[in-house]
Amino acid sequence: MAGEMQVFDRFVEVFRKKIFNYSLQMCGQREDAEEVAQEALLKAFQNFDQLRDPERVRPWLFRIARNACLMKRRKSVFAPAQELSLEEFLPASQPGGTPRRLEIADWSALPEDQALRGELRGVIQQAIAELPEIYRAVILLRDVEELNTAETAEILDTNAEVVKTRLHRARLAVRQKLDEYLRGRRN
Amino acid sequence: MSHPHSEPHGDCLEIFARLSEYLDAELPAVTCQELEAHLADCPPCIEFLYSLRKSIELCHGCEGEEGPPPLNPEARDTLAAAYRRMLARRGGVDL
Repeated sequence: MAGEMQVFDRFVEVFRKKIFNYSLQMCGQREDAEEVAQEALLKAFQNFDQLRDPERVRPWLFRIARNACLMKRRKSVFAPAQELSLEEFLPASQPGGTPRRLEIADWSALPEDQALRGELRGVIQQAIAELPEIYRAVILLRDVEELNTAETAEILDTNAEVVKTRLHRARLAVRQKLDEYLRGRRN
Repeated sequence: MSHPHSEPHGDCLEIFARLSEYLDAELPAVTCQELEAHLADCPPCIEFLYSLRKSIELCHGCEGEEGPPPLNPEARDTLAAAYRRMLARRGGVDL
């Protein structure tokens, strides 16, 4: 029994934090995120019999969490539905000079310093938070949680092609914010 | 598609739309070969691809550091009771 409760405590510790962080980015409110994490874990234990493959517990839990987030959706965070176009993320060319180069930062010199790394994390989290919901939902699952395309599509009730398209635009938006930050540091 | 150039041009737009699929190894083999042929002669696309890859790597595990507040004893008891019922139904479980 003691061993079983150790498994329980570890499971709750790991997944409560993951679901809380995901939900905080999706709902925008700490109180909502806390409730979602609690509800998702409770539903998971109550409905564990529905999970045929225990290997898939992570996407299954995120699906429960995602649905709980939708129940708490607040207009300020979820609306309006906004599409991102590829064109807005095409980098411009630097005027003059031969050969011409793109106006992008020197990404080979990312800060190694711990404090600056922390600053980068802040830039990334802010960039993700500013994404429209349909893009934010995908990049959190694919790049932050590192779930695969099929799992993400299942969680979000959509298909793989939609996930790929939204993920690419979300990544371009985050890359652009990081690029602006790096160029700002250089100047 | 594979002439050397130093600034973005028409082909780059097609490439630009597929870079994530390329990095995720989700492109069909033929498309992947075409993209690599283009990259071989397109320094701007390589530079952009590098920055995109680094950006994706930085996102990995980039969740909030604060985390939730400690679970209160009442909430833990509720979860633990549900967990025990689950174990009873299943006769033990590997989470």
